[in-house]
Amino acid sequence: MSEPILKLEGVCTNIAQYHILQGVDLAVSAGGVTMLLGRNGVGKTTTLRTIMGLWRAHAGRVLFDGQDIAVLSTPAIARTGIGFVPEDMGIFSDLTVEENMVLAAASGPLDPARLDWIFAAFPPIRTFWKQPAGNLSGGQKQMLSIARAMAEERRLYLIDEPTKGLAPAIVATMAGALRDLKAQGASILMVEQNFGVAKLLGDTCAVMDDGRTIWAGEMRELAEDAALQERLMGLNMENA
Amino acid sequence: MLTRLLSGDGPRSLPLALILLAIFLCLALAPFLFPGTRSVDTAARICVFILLVASYDLTLGYAGIVSFAHTMFFGMGAYGVALASTHLGRGFDALVLGTLAGALAAAVFALLIGLFSLRVRAIFFAMITLAVASAVAVLVSQLSGLTGGEDGLNYQIPRALTAAQKYLDEPVLGVRINGKLLNYYLVFAASTALFLVLLRIVNSPFGRVLQAIRENDFRAEAIGYRVVYYRTIATCVSAVAAALAGSLYAIWLRYVGPDTTLSFEIMVDILLMVVIGGMGTMYGAVIGATLFILAQNYLQGLMGAAAAGLEGVPLLPGLLDPDRWLLWLGVLFVLSVYFFPTGIAGRLRGE
Repeated sequence: MSEPILKLEGVCTNIAQYHILQGVDLAVSAGGVTMLLGRNGVGKTTTLRTIMGLWRAHAGRVLFDGQDIAVLSTPAIARTGIGFVPEDMGIFSDLTVEENMVLAAASGPLDPARLDWIFAAFPPIRTFWKQPAGNLSGGQKQMLSIARAMAEERRLYLIDEPTKGLAPAIVATMAGALRDLKAQGASILMVEQNFGVAKLLGDTCAVMDDGRTIWAGEMRELAEDAALQERLMGLNMENA
Repeated sequence: MLTRLLSGDGPRSLPLALILLAIFLCLALAPFLFPGTRSVDTAARICVFILLVASYDLTLGYAGIVSFAHTMFFGMGAYGVALASTHLGRGFDALVLGTLAGALAAAVFALLIGLFSLRVRAIFFAMITLAVASAVAVLVSQLSGLTGGEDGLNYQIPRALTAAQKYLDEPVLGVRINGKLLNYYLVFAASTALFLVLLRIVNSPFGRVLQAIRENDFRAEAIGYRVVYYRTIATCVSAVAAALAGSLYAIWLRYVGPDTTLSFEIMVDILLMVVIGGMGTMYGAVIGATLFILAQNYLQGLMGAAAAGLEGVPLLPGLLDPDRWLLWLGVLFVLSVYFFPTGIAGRLRGE
Protein backbone atom coordinates (compact mmCIF):
# COMPACT_ATOMS: atom_id res chain seq x y z
CA MET A 1 0.00 0.00 0.00
CA SER A 2 1.12 3.49 -0.78
CA GLU A 3 1.34 6.57 1.42
CA PRO A 4 -1.81 7.44 3.36
CA ILE A 5 -3.82 10.23 1.75
CA LEU A 6 -5.78 10.81 4.95
CA LYS A 7 -4.42 10.48 8.43
CA LEU A 8 -6.16 11.15 11.72
CA GLU A 9 -3.92 11.55 14.75
CA GLY A 10 -5.48 11.51 18.21
CA VAL A 11 -8.68 13.22 17.10
CA CYS A 12 -11.07 14.13 19.90
CA THR A 13 -14.52 15.58 19.29
CA ASN A 14 -17.03 16.80 21.84
CA ILE A 15 -20.69 17.25 21.07
CA ALA A 16 -22.16 19.47 23.76
CA GLN A 17 -20.85 17.98 27.03
CA TYR A 18 -20.33 14.50 25.57
CA HIS A 19 -16.84 13.30 24.66
CA ILE A 20 -17.76 11.35 21.54
CA LEU A 21 -14.32 10.83 20.00
CA GLN A 22 -11.54 10.28 22.49
CA GLY A 23 -8.47 9.74 20.34
CA VAL A 24 -9.10 8.37 16.88
CA ASP A 25 -6.06 7.28 14.88
CA LEU A 26 -6.73 6.27 11.34
CA ALA A 27 -4.95 6.08 8.00
CA VAL A 28 -6.56 5.81 4.57
CA SER A 29 -4.13 4.72 1.90
CA ALA A 30 -4.24 6.39 -1.49
CA GLY A 31 -6.05 4.24 -4.00
CA GLY A 32 -7.42 1.89 -1.40
CA VAL A 33 -10.64 1.23 0.45
CA THR A 34 -10.54 1.51 4.21
CA MET A 35 -13.50 0.21 6.19
CA LEU A 36 -14.45 1.81 9.46
CA LEU A 37 -16.20 -0.80 11.58
CA GLY A 38 -17.64 -1.07 15.04
CA ARG A 39 -20.86 -1.37 16.93
CA ASN A 40 -23.57 1.28 16.89
CA GLY A 41 -22.79 4.48 18.71
CA VAL A 42 -19.00 4.11 18.91
CA GLY A 43 -18.31 7.27 16.86
CA LYS A 44 -17.95 6.11 13.24
CA THR A 45 -20.32 8.70 11.81
CA THR A 46 -18.89 11.36 14.09
CA THR A 47 -15.44 10.52 12.74
CA LEU A 48 -16.59 11.16 9.16
CA ARG A 49 -18.40 14.35 10.17
CA THR A 50 -15.31 15.54 11.99
CA ILE A 51 -13.18 14.99 8.88
CA MET A 52 -15.70 17.15 6.95
CA GLY A 53 -15.58 19.84 9.65
CA LEU A 54 -19.27 19.42 10.42
CA TRP A 55 -18.17 18.74 13.96
CA ARG A 56 -15.01 20.43 15.17
CA ALA A 57 -12.14 18.34 16.48
CA HIS A 58 -10.99 19.95 19.70
CA ALA A 59 -7.77 17.97 19.79
CA GLY A 60 -5.64 16.03 17.34
CA ARG A 61 -4.93 16.52 13.66
CA VAL A 62 -6.73 15.61 10.45
CA LEU A 63 -4.06 15.43 7.75
CA PHE A 64 -5.28 15.31 4.17
CA ASP A 65 -2.38 14.89 1.80
CA GLY A 66 -0.12 16.30 4.50
CA GLN A 67 -2.24 19.40 5.13
CA ASP A 68 -4.09 19.85 8.44
CA ILE A 69 -7.69 20.38 7.34
CA ALA A 70 -9.14 20.48 10.85
CA VAL A 71 -8.68 24.25 10.78
CA LEU A 72 -10.61 24.75 7.52
CA SER A 73 -14.30 25.50 7.09
CA THR A 74 -16.55 22.74 5.73
CA PRO A 75 -16.87 24.26 2.21
CA ALA A 76 -13.09 24.65 2.05
CA ILE A 77 -12.62 21.03 3.12
CA ALA A 78 -15.06 19.91 0.41
CA ARG A 79 -13.14 21.94 -2.13
CA THR A 80 -9.87 20.20 -1.31
CA GLY A 81 -11.48 17.28 -3.16
CA ILE A 82 -13.38 15.25 -0.60
CA GLY A 83 -16.75 13.83 -1.58
CA PHE A 84 -19.03 13.02 1.35
CA VAL A 85 -22.02 10.67 1.29
CA PRO A 86 -23.80 11.21 4.61
CA GLU A 87 -25.82 8.56 6.40
CA ASP A 88 -29.08 10.48 5.88
CA MET A 89 -28.28 10.79 2.13
CA GLY A 90 -29.02 14.52 2.32
CA ILE A 91 -30.35 14.85 -1.20
CA PHE A 92 -32.18 18.04 -2.14
CA SER A 93 -35.70 16.74 -2.67
CA ASP A 94 -37.14 19.97 -4.11
CA LEU A 95 -34.57 19.96 -6.90
CA THR A 96 -34.50 17.57 -9.83
CA VAL A 97 -32.03 14.68 -10.05
CA GLU A 98 -30.17 16.65 -12.70
CA GLU A 99 -29.96 19.76 -10.51
CA ASN A 100 -28.71 17.65 -7.62
CA MET A 101 -25.94 16.29 -9.84
CA VAL A 102 -25.03 19.68 -11.31
CA LEU A 103 -24.77 21.21 -7.85
CA ALA A 104 -22.54 18.39 -6.71
CA ALA A 105 -20.00 19.14 -9.43
CA ALA A 106 -19.02 22.35 -7.68
CA SER A 107 -15.93 23.00 -9.76
CA GLY A 108 -17.51 23.06 -13.21
CA PRO A 109 -19.91 21.44 -15.66
CA LEU A 110 -20.57 17.71 -15.51
CA ASP A 111 -18.22 15.57 -17.59
CA PRO A 112 -20.30 13.59 -20.14
CA ALA A 113 -18.06 10.52 -19.99
CA ARG A 114 -18.26 10.45 -16.23
CA LEU A 115 -22.01 10.89 -16.42
CA ASP A 116 -22.30 7.89 -18.75
CA TRP A 117 -20.37 5.84 -16.25
CA ILE A 118 -22.74 6.96 -13.45
CA PHE A 119 -25.77 6.17 -15.62
CA ALA A 120 -24.39 2.69 -16.27
CA ALA A 121 -23.80 2.10 -12.57
CA PHE A 122 -27.15 3.53 -11.48
CA PRO A 123 -29.73 3.28 -14.31
CA PRO A 124 -32.50 4.98 -12.25
CA ILE A 125 -30.46 8.19 -12.25
CA ARG A 126 -30.90 8.41 -16.00
CA THR A 127 -34.58 7.35 -15.87
CA PHE A 128 -35.53 10.02 -13.36
CA TRP A 129 -33.06 12.66 -14.58
CA LYS A 130 -35.66 15.43 -14.90
CA GLN A 131 -37.79 14.38 -11.93
CA PRO A 132 -37.77 15.98 -8.48
CA ALA A 133 -35.39 13.96 -6.32
CA GLY A 134 -38.06 13.85 -3.62
CA ASN A 135 -40.04 11.42 -5.77
CA LEU A 136 -37.31 8.78 -5.72
CA SER A 137 -37.56 5.64 -3.60
CA GLY A 138 -35.24 5.14 -0.66
CA GLY A 139 -32.80 3.00 -2.66
CA GLN A 140 -32.81 5.43 -5.58
CA LYS A 141 -32.13 8.32 -3.20
CA GLN A 142 -29.14 6.41 -1.87
CA MET A 143 -27.94 5.86 -5.46
CA LEU A 144 -28.30 9.59 -6.13
CA SER A 145 -26.44 10.38 -2.94
CA ILE A 146 -23.48 8.27 -4.06
CA ALA A 147 -23.77 9.41 -7.68
CA ARG A 148 -23.53 12.96 -6.41
CA ALA A 149 -20.25 12.20 -4.68
CA MET A 150 -19.04 10.60 -7.94
CA ALA A 151 -20.20 13.60 -10.03
CA GLU A 152 -16.64 14.73 -10.35
CA GLU A 153 -13.34 13.14 -9.56
CA ARG A 154 -12.57 13.41 -5.86
CA ARG A 155 -9.30 12.74 -4.18
CA LEU A 156 -11.10 11.01 -1.33
CA TYR A 157 -14.59 9.63 -0.79
CA LEU A 158 -16.18 9.43 2.65
CA ILE A 159 -19.17 7.11 2.51
CA ASP A 160 -21.42 6.52 5.50
CA GLU A 161 -23.38 3.23 5.48
CA PRO A 162 -24.28 3.11 1.80
CA THR A 163 -26.29 -0.12 2.12
CA LYS A 164 -28.23 0.69 5.27
CA GLY A 165 -31.90 -0.22 5.03
CA LEU A 166 -31.75 -1.23 1.37
CA ALA A 167 -33.30 -4.24 -0.34
CA PRO A 168 -30.77 -7.01 -1.15
CA ALA A 169 -31.02 -6.37 -4.92
CA ILE A 170 -30.15 -2.72 -4.44
CA VAL A 171 -27.34 -3.60 -2.06
CA ALA A 172 -25.85 -5.62 -4.93
CA THR A 173 -26.15 -2.65 -7.31
CA MET A 174 -24.56 -0.41 -4.74
CA ALA A 175 -21.71 -2.81 -4.05
CA GLY A 176 -21.14 -3.17 -7.80
CA ALA A 177 -20.92 0.61 -8.27
CA LEU A 178 -18.57 1.00 -5.33
CA ARG A 179 -16.37 -1.80 -6.67
CA ASP A 180 -16.31 0.08 -9.95
CA LEU A 181 -15.27 3.23 -8.16
CA LYS A 182 -12.56 1.26 -6.36
CA ALA A 183 -11.34 -0.21 -9.65
CA GLN A 184 -10.76 3.32 -10.91
CA GLY A 185 -8.25 3.80 -8.13
CA ALA A 186 -10.35 5.96 -5.85
CA SER A 187 -9.40 6.40 -2.21
CA ILE A 188 -12.37 5.58 -0.02
CA LEU A 189 -13.12 5.64 3.68
CA MET A 190 -16.37 3.82 4.29
CA VAL A 191 -18.49 3.06 7.31
CA GLU A 192 -20.32 -0.20 6.71
CA GLN A 193 -22.42 -2.41 8.93
CA ASN A 194 -22.97 -5.08 6.28
CA PHE A 195 -19.96 -7.29 6.85
CA GLY A 196 -20.41 -9.05 3.51
CA VAL A 197 -20.07 -5.76 1.66
CA ALA A 198 -17.19 -4.69 3.90
CA LYS A 199 -15.33 -7.91 3.15
CA LEU A 200 -15.95 -7.54 -0.55
CA LEU A 201 -14.71 -3.99 -0.87
CA GLY A 202 -12.29 -3.37 1.96
CA ASP A 203 -8.51 -3.47 1.61
CA THR A 204 -7.78 -2.33 5.10
CA CYS A 205 -9.98 -1.75 8.05
CA ALA A 206 -10.12 0.03 11.37
CA VAL A 207 -12.37 -0.97 14.23
CA MET A 208 -13.68 1.57 16.69
CA ASP A 209 -15.02 1.18 20.16
CA ASP A 210 -16.06 3.84 22.64
CA GLY A 211 -14.69 6.76 20.61
CA ARG A 212 -11.31 5.19 19.91
CA THR A 213 -9.76 3.05 17.21
CA ILE A 214 -8.97 -0.24 18.88
CA TRP A 215 -7.64 -2.22 15.95
CA ALA A 216 -6.33 -1.52 12.45
CA GLY A 217 -5.11 -3.93 9.84
CA GLU A 218 -5.85 -5.84 6.65
CA MET A 219 -9.53 -6.47 5.96
CA ARG A 220 -8.73 -10.06 5.02
CA GLU A 221 -7.11 -10.70 8.38
CA LEU A 222 -10.24 -9.62 10.24
CA ALA A 223 -12.58 -11.45 7.86
CA GLU A 224 -10.78 -14.75 8.42
CA ASP A 225 -10.53 -14.51 12.18
CA ALA A 226 -13.89 -15.07 13.86
CA ALA A 227 -12.35 -14.87 17.30
CA LEU A 228 -10.89 -11.46 16.50
CA GLN A 229 -14.27 -10.26 15.28
CA GLU A 230 -15.85 -11.52 18.44
CA ARG A 231 -13.29 -9.73 20.58
CA LEU A 232 -13.42 -6.44 18.65
CA MET A 233 -17.09 -6.07 17.92
CA GLY A 234 -18.69 -8.30 20.50
CA LEU A 235 -20.44 -10.52 17.99
CA ASN A 236 -19.64 -12.95 15.28
CA MET A 237 -20.09 -11.03 12.05
CA GLU A 238 -20.46 -14.19 9.99
CA ASN A 239 -23.75 -14.95 11.69
CA ALA A 240 -24.92 -11.38 12.02
CA MET B 1 -38.63 32.80 -27.11
CA LEU B 2 -41.25 32.93 -24.35
CA THR B 3 -39.59 30.01 -22.60
CA ARG B 4 -36.30 31.86 -22.68
CA LEU B 5 -37.93 35.01 -21.40
CA LEU B 6 -39.32 33.01 -18.49
CA SER B 7 -35.91 31.35 -17.97
CA GLY B 8 -37.33 27.92 -18.76
CA ASP B 9 -39.49 28.09 -15.63
CA GLY B 10 -42.97 28.40 -17.09
CA PRO B 11 -46.19 28.22 -15.08
CA ARG B 12 -46.32 24.41 -15.68
CA SER B 13 -50.10 24.41 -15.28
CA LEU B 14 -52.77 25.55 -17.70
CA PRO B 15 -55.01 27.33 -15.17
CA LEU B 16 -52.01 29.11 -13.70
CA ALA B 17 -50.83 30.13 -17.16
CA LEU B 18 -54.27 31.50 -18.02
CA ILE B 19 -54.54 33.45 -14.77
CA LEU B 20 -51.08 34.92 -15.26
CA LEU B 21 -51.84 35.82 -18.85
CA ALA B 22 -55.07 37.51 -17.79
CA ILE B 23 -53.29 39.52 -15.10
CA PHE B 24 -50.54 40.47 -17.55
CA LEU B 25 -53.00 41.62 -20.22
CA CYS B 26 -55.13 43.52 -17.71
CA LEU B 27 -52.10 45.33 -16.38
CA ALA B 28 -50.68 45.97 -19.84
CA LEU B 29 -53.96 47.49 -21.02
CA ALA B 30 -55.18 48.83 -17.68
CA PRO B 31 -55.46 52.51 -18.70
CA PHE B 32 -57.61 51.51 -21.69
CA LEU B 33 -59.60 48.67 -20.10
CA PHE B 34 -60.28 50.40 -16.81
CA PRO B 35 -60.03 54.14 -17.41
CA GLY B 36 -60.18 56.34 -14.36
CA THR B 37 -57.64 57.65 -11.88
CA ARG B 38 -58.43 55.15 -9.16
CA SER B 39 -58.26 52.02 -11.28
CA VAL B 40 -55.03 53.05 -12.98
CA ASP B 41 -53.59 53.90 -9.59
CA THR B 42 -54.56 50.41 -8.37
CA ALA B 43 -52.94 48.86 -11.45
CA ALA B 44 -49.69 50.76 -10.84
CA ARG B 45 -49.73 49.70 -7.21
CA ILE B 46 -50.18 46.08 -8.30
CA CYS B 47 -47.18 46.35 -10.64
CA VAL B 48 -44.98 47.76 -7.87
CA PHE B 49 -46.10 45.17 -5.34
CA ILE B 50 -45.61 42.28 -7.74
CA LEU B 51 -41.97 43.31 -7.98
CA LEU B 52 -41.70 43.92 -4.24
CA VAL B 53 -43.31 40.60 -3.31
CA ALA B 54 -41.25 38.70 -5.92
CA SER B 55 -38.07 40.15 -4.44
CA TYR B 56 -39.24 39.00 -1.00
CA ASP B 57 -39.95 35.55 -2.42
CA LEU B 58 -36.29 35.37 -3.44
CA THR B 59 -35.21 35.54 0.21
CA LEU B 60 -38.14 33.80 1.89
CA GLY B 61 -39.21 31.25 -0.71
CA TYR B 62 -35.92 30.40 -2.39
CA ALA B 63 -33.24 31.10 0.20
CA GLY B 64 -35.43 30.30 3.21
CA ILE B 65 -34.38 33.49 5.00
CA VAL B 66 -37.03 35.17 7.14
CA SER B 67 -36.43 38.91 7.06
CA PHE B 68 -38.59 41.73 8.36
CA ALA B 69 -36.46 44.46 6.83
CA HIS B 70 -37.96 44.32 3.38
CA THR B 71 -40.02 47.49 3.75
CA MET B 72 -36.84 49.23 4.89
CA PHE B 73 -35.23 48.49 1.53
CA PHE B 74 -38.45 49.46 -0.22
CA GLY B 75 -38.40 52.74 1.69
CA MET B 76 -34.76 53.38 0.83
CA GLY B 77 -35.57 53.34 -2.86
CA ALA B 78 -38.60 55.57 -2.36
CA TYR B 79 -36.80 58.07 -0.15
CA GLY B 80 -33.86 58.07 -2.54
CA VAL B 81 -36.07 59.38 -5.33
CA ALA B 82 -37.91 61.75 -2.98
CA LEU B 83 -34.77 63.26 -1.49
CA ALA B 84 -33.03 63.58 -4.85
CA SER B 85 -36.08 65.24 -6.39
CA THR B 86 -36.42 67.59 -3.43
CA HIS B 87 -32.79 68.65 -3.34
CA LEU B 88 -31.67 68.40 -6.96
CA GLY B 89 -34.90 69.79 -8.32
CA ARG B 90 -37.28 68.41 -10.88
CA GLY B 91 -35.62 66.28 -13.54
CA PHE B 92 -34.81 62.84 -14.84
CA ASP B 93 -31.28 63.12 -13.48
CA ALA B 94 -32.75 63.40 -9.98
CA LEU B 95 -34.89 60.30 -10.56
CA VAL B 96 -31.97 58.25 -11.87
CA LEU B 97 -29.60 59.46 -9.19
CA GLY B 98 -32.16 58.93 -6.43
CA THR B 99 -32.93 55.43 -7.70
CA LEU B 100 -29.26 54.49 -7.85
CA ALA B 101 -28.53 55.97 -4.43
CA GLY B 102 -31.50 54.13 -2.92
CA ALA B 103 -30.46 50.84 -4.47
CA LEU B 104 -26.87 51.32 -3.32
CA ALA B 105 -27.95 52.14 0.23
CA ALA B 106 -30.17 49.07 0.27
CA ALA B 107 -27.32 46.86 -1.00
CA VAL B 108 -24.90 48.19 1.63
CA PHE B 109 -27.40 47.75 4.45
CA ALA B 110 -28.27 44.25 3.28
CA LEU B 111 -24.59 43.36 3.04
CA LEU B 112 -23.89 44.58 6.57
CA ILE B 113 -26.94 42.88 8.08
CA GLY B 114 -26.13 39.72 6.13
CA LEU B 115 -22.47 39.51 7.08
CA PHE B 116 -23.13 40.22 10.72
CA SER B 117 -26.18 38.13 11.28
CA LEU B 118 -26.70 35.41 8.66
CA ARG B 119 -24.36 33.16 10.61
CA VAL B 120 -26.77 33.04 13.50
CA ARG B 121 -29.91 30.93 13.69
CA ALA B 122 -32.86 31.93 11.52
CA ILE B 123 -34.96 33.24 14.39
CA PHE B 124 -32.19 35.62 15.49
CA PHE B 125 -31.73 36.89 11.96
CA ALA B 126 -35.46 37.66 11.81
CA MET B 127 -35.22 39.53 15.12
CA ILE B 128 -32.20 41.52 13.98
CA THR B 129 -33.88 42.59 10.74
CA LEU B 130 -36.96 43.57 12.73
CA ALA B 131 -34.85 45.68 15.08
CA VAL B 132 -32.94 47.40 12.29
CA ALA B 133 -36.09 48.08 10.28
CA SER B 134 -37.87 49.52 13.32
CA ALA B 135 -34.87 51.69 14.13
CA VAL B 136 -34.78 53.04 10.58
CA ALA B 137 -38.53 53.72 10.60
CA VAL B 138 -38.23 55.64 13.88
CA LEU B 139 -35.22 57.53 12.56
CA VAL B 140 -37.08 58.57 9.42
CA SER B 141 -40.05 59.84 11.39
CA GLN B 142 -37.78 61.72 13.82
CA LEU B 143 -35.45 63.36 11.31
CA SER B 144 -38.27 65.56 10.07
CA GLY B 145 -35.89 68.24 8.79
CA LEU B 146 -34.54 65.80 6.22
CA THR B 147 -37.36 63.34 5.63
CA GLY B 148 -40.47 65.36 6.41
CA GLY B 149 -41.11 63.12 9.44
CA GLU B 150 -44.56 61.59 9.66
CA ASP B 151 -45.85 63.98 6.98
CA GLY B 152 -43.45 62.58 4.41
CA LEU B 153 -42.23 64.42 1.34
CA ASN B 154 -44.09 65.87 -1.61
CA TYR B 155 -41.94 66.64 -4.61
CA GLN B 156 -42.15 67.25 -8.33
CA ILE B 157 -41.22 64.77 -11.01
CA PRO B 158 -40.38 65.69 -14.61
CA ARG B 159 -43.28 67.24 -16.46
CA ALA B 160 -42.97 64.53 -19.12
CA LEU B 161 -44.36 62.05 -16.54
CA THR B 162 -47.31 64.13 -15.30
CA ALA B 163 -50.83 64.71 -16.57
CA ALA B 164 -49.88 68.28 -17.48
CA GLN B 165 -47.85 67.01 -20.44
CA LYS B 166 -50.07 66.15 -23.41
CA TYR B 167 -48.64 63.98 -26.18
CA LEU B 168 -51.70 63.85 -28.41
CA ASP B 169 -54.50 66.40 -28.67
CA GLU B 170 -57.20 63.79 -29.25
CA PRO B 171 -57.89 60.99 -26.77
CA VAL B 172 -57.29 57.46 -28.04
CA LEU B 173 -60.14 55.05 -27.15
CA GLY B 174 -61.32 57.67 -24.71
CA VAL B 175 -57.97 57.84 -22.90
CA ARG B 176 -55.86 60.97 -22.79
CA ILE B 177 -52.36 60.31 -24.04
CA ASN B 178 -50.40 62.30 -21.48
CA GLY B 179 -47.43 62.09 -19.14
CA LYS B 180 -49.41 60.20 -16.52
CA LEU B 181 -50.01 57.43 -19.04
CA LEU B 182 -46.29 57.39 -19.85
CA ASN B 183 -45.59 57.22 -16.12
CA TYR B 184 -47.86 54.17 -15.82
CA TYR B 185 -46.09 52.41 -18.65
CA LEU B 186 -42.73 53.24 -17.10
CA VAL B 187 -43.87 51.53 -13.89
CA PHE B 188 -45.37 48.60 -15.82
CA ALA B 189 -42.36 48.04 -18.10
CA ALA B 190 -39.78 48.39 -15.32
CA SER B 191 -41.70 46.03 -13.00
CA THR B 192 -42.11 43.44 -15.75
CA ALA B 193 -38.45 43.61 -16.75
CA LEU B 194 -37.23 43.37 -13.16
CA PHE B 195 -39.61 40.50 -12.44
CA LEU B 196 -38.12 38.60 -15.39
CA VAL B 197 -34.63 39.34 -14.05
CA LEU B 198 -35.62 37.89 -10.67
CA LEU B 199 -37.07 34.85 -12.42
CA ARG B 200 -33.77 34.46 -14.25
CA ILE B 201 -31.83 34.69 -11.00
CA VAL B 202 -33.83 32.03 -9.16
CA ASN B 203 -33.46 29.69 -12.15
CA SER B 204 -29.72 30.27 -12.48
CA PRO B 205 -27.15 27.96 -10.88
CA PHE B 206 -27.01 30.55 -8.10
CA GLY B 207 -30.74 30.08 -7.49
CA ARG B 208 -30.32 26.31 -7.37
CA VAL B 209 -27.66 26.64 -4.70
CA LEU B 210 -30.05 28.85 -2.71
CA GLN B 211 -32.73 26.17 -2.91
CA ALA B 212 -30.23 23.54 -1.85
CA ILE B 213 -29.22 25.67 1.13
CA ARG B 214 -32.84 26.22 2.09
CA GLU B 215 -33.39 22.50 2.13
CA ASN B 216 -30.23 21.36 3.85
CA ASP B 217 -27.56 23.91 4.62
CA PHE B 218 -25.12 21.41 6.17
CA ARG B 219 -25.27 19.32 3.03
CA ALA B 220 -24.71 22.36 0.83
CA GLU B 221 -21.62 23.19 2.89
CA ALA B 222 -20.36 19.62 2.62
CA ILE B 223 -20.57 19.88 -1.18
CA GLY B 224 -18.44 22.99 -1.00
CA TYR B 225 -20.81 25.98 -1.07
CA ARG B 226 -20.25 28.77 1.43
CA VAL B 227 -23.70 29.19 2.88
CA VAL B 228 -23.15 32.63 4.44
CA TYR B 229 -21.82 33.97 1.16
CA TYR B 230 -24.80 32.76 -0.85
CA ARG B 231 -27.31 33.93 1.73
CA THR B 232 -25.73 37.36 1.89
CA ILE B 233 -25.75 37.77 -1.90
CA ALA B 234 -29.40 36.69 -2.00
CA THR B 235 -30.28 39.26 0.66
CA CYS B 236 -28.45 41.98 -1.29
CA VAL B 237 -30.10 41.14 -4.63
CA SER B 238 -33.50 41.05 -2.98
CA ALA B 239 -32.84 44.36 -1.21
CA VAL B 240 -31.82 46.07 -4.44
CA ALA B 241 -34.96 44.81 -6.22
CA ALA B 242 -37.10 46.04 -3.31
CA ALA B 243 -35.39 49.45 -3.46
CA LEU B 244 -36.06 49.67 -7.20
CA ALA B 245 -39.72 48.86 -6.52
CA GLY B 246 -39.70 51.67 -3.95
CA SER B 247 -38.25 54.10 -6.49
CA LEU B 248 -40.96 53.21 -9.00
CA TYR B 249 -43.58 53.69 -6.33
CA ALA B 250 -42.15 57.10 -5.45
CA ILE B 251 -42.11 58.15 -9.10
CA TRP B 252 -45.73 57.08 -9.47
CA LEU B 253 -47.09 58.61 -6.24
CA ARG B 254 -45.01 61.81 -6.18
CA TYR B 255 -45.13 61.40 -2.41
CA VAL B 256 -43.34 59.28 0.16
CA GLY B 257 -44.09 58.90 3.83
CA PRO B 258 -43.48 56.31 6.52
CA ASP B 259 -47.00 54.92 6.07
CA THR B 260 -46.68 54.29 2.34
CA THR B 261 -43.28 52.61 2.39
CA LEU B 262 -41.80 51.84 5.80
CA SER B 263 -44.64 50.76 8.04
CA PHE B 264 -44.79 47.33 9.60
CA GLU B 265 -48.27 46.90 8.15
CA ILE B 266 -46.82 46.85 4.66
CA MET B 267 -44.29 44.24 5.81
CA VAL B 268 -47.15 42.05 7.03
CA ASP B 269 -49.00 42.65 3.75
CA ILE B 270 -45.95 41.50 1.78
CA LEU B 271 -45.69 38.39 3.91
CA LEU B 272 -49.37 37.61 3.33
CA MET B 273 -49.08 38.18 -0.42
CA VAL B 274 -46.14 35.74 -0.64
CA VAL B 275 -47.89 33.11 1.43
CA ILE B 276 -51.25 33.42 -0.34
CA GLY B 277 -49.66 33.44 -3.77
CA GLY B 278 -47.29 30.57 -3.04
CA MET B 279 -43.75 30.70 -1.67
CA GLY B 280 -40.81 29.76 -3.84
CA THR B 281 -42.68 30.04 -7.14
CA MET B 282 -42.18 33.71 -8.17
CA TYR B 283 -45.52 33.50 -9.99
CA GLY B 284 -47.16 33.37 -6.58
CA ALA B 285 -46.04 36.97 -6.12
CA VAL B 286 -48.05 37.99 -9.18
CA ILE B 287 -51.23 36.31 -7.96
CA GLY B 288 -50.78 37.23 -4.30
CA ALA B 289 -50.11 40.91 -4.96
CA THR B 290 -52.94 41.23 -7.48
CA LEU B 291 -55.53 39.56 -5.25
CA PHE B 292 -54.45 41.38 -2.14
CA ILE B 293 -54.40 44.86 -3.62
CA LEU B 294 -57.68 44.35 -5.42
CA ALA B 295 -59.24 43.22 -2.14
CA GLN B 296 -57.68 46.13 -0.29
CA ASN B 297 -59.08 48.61 -2.80
CA TYR B 298 -62.40 47.17 -3.81
CA LEU B 299 -63.64 44.83 -1.08
CA GLN B 300 -65.08 47.74 0.87
CA GLY B 301 -67.09 49.05 -2.12
CA LEU B 302 -68.23 45.57 -3.02
CA MET B 303 -69.47 44.97 0.49
CA GLY B 304 -71.27 48.30 0.53
CA ALA B 305 -73.11 47.32 -2.62
CA ALA B 306 -73.91 43.87 -1.23
CA ALA B 307 -75.19 45.34 2.04
CA ALA B 308 -77.42 47.80 0.18
CA GLY B 309 -78.74 44.99 -2.02
CA LEU B 310 -79.62 42.86 1.00
CA GLU B 311 -81.52 45.65 2.76
CA GLY B 312 -84.34 44.15 4.80
CA VAL B 313 -82.75 40.71 5.15
CA PRO B 314 -81.96 40.16 8.84
CA LEU B 315 -78.31 40.08 10.02
CA LEU B 316 -76.67 40.01 6.56
CA PRO B 317 -76.53 43.75 5.84
CA GLY B 318 -74.93 44.26 9.25
CA LEU B 319 -72.34 41.54 8.56
CA LEU B 320 -71.56 43.00 5.15
CA ASP B 321 -71.30 46.56 6.41
CA PRO B 322 -68.35 48.23 4.60
CA ASP B 323 -66.80 49.02 7.98
CA ARG B 324 -66.32 45.29 8.53
CA TRP B 325 -64.18 44.82 5.42
CA LEU B 326 -61.07 43.97 7.44
CA LEU B 327 -62.94 41.12 9.09
CA TRP B 328 -63.76 39.63 5.71
CA LEU B 329 -60.25 40.20 4.43
CA GLY B 330 -59.09 38.22 7.46
CA VAL B 331 -61.59 35.44 6.77
CA LEU B 332 -60.41 35.27 3.16
CA PHE B 333 -56.80 34.82 4.31
CA VAL B 334 -57.64 32.12 6.80
CA LEU B 335 -59.58 30.25 4.13
CA SER B 336 -56.90 30.64 1.48
CA VAL B 337 -54.15 29.42 3.79
CA TYR B 338 -56.37 26.54 4.90
CA PHE B 339 -57.29 25.43 1.40
CA PHE B 340 -54.03 26.33 -0.36
CA PRO B 341 -51.24 25.52 2.10
CA THR B 342 -48.69 25.77 -0.72
CA GLY B 343 -50.25 28.99 -1.96
CA ILE B 344 -52.44 29.47 -4.99
CA ALA B 345 -49.59 29.02 -7.47
CA GLY B 346 -48.35 25.94 -5.63
CA ARG B 347 -51.85 24.47 -5.58
CA LEU B 348 -52.43 25.13 -9.28
CA ARG B 349 -49.15 23.41 -10.05
CA GLY B 350 -50.42 20.44 -8.08
CA GLU B 351 -47.71 20.58 -5.45
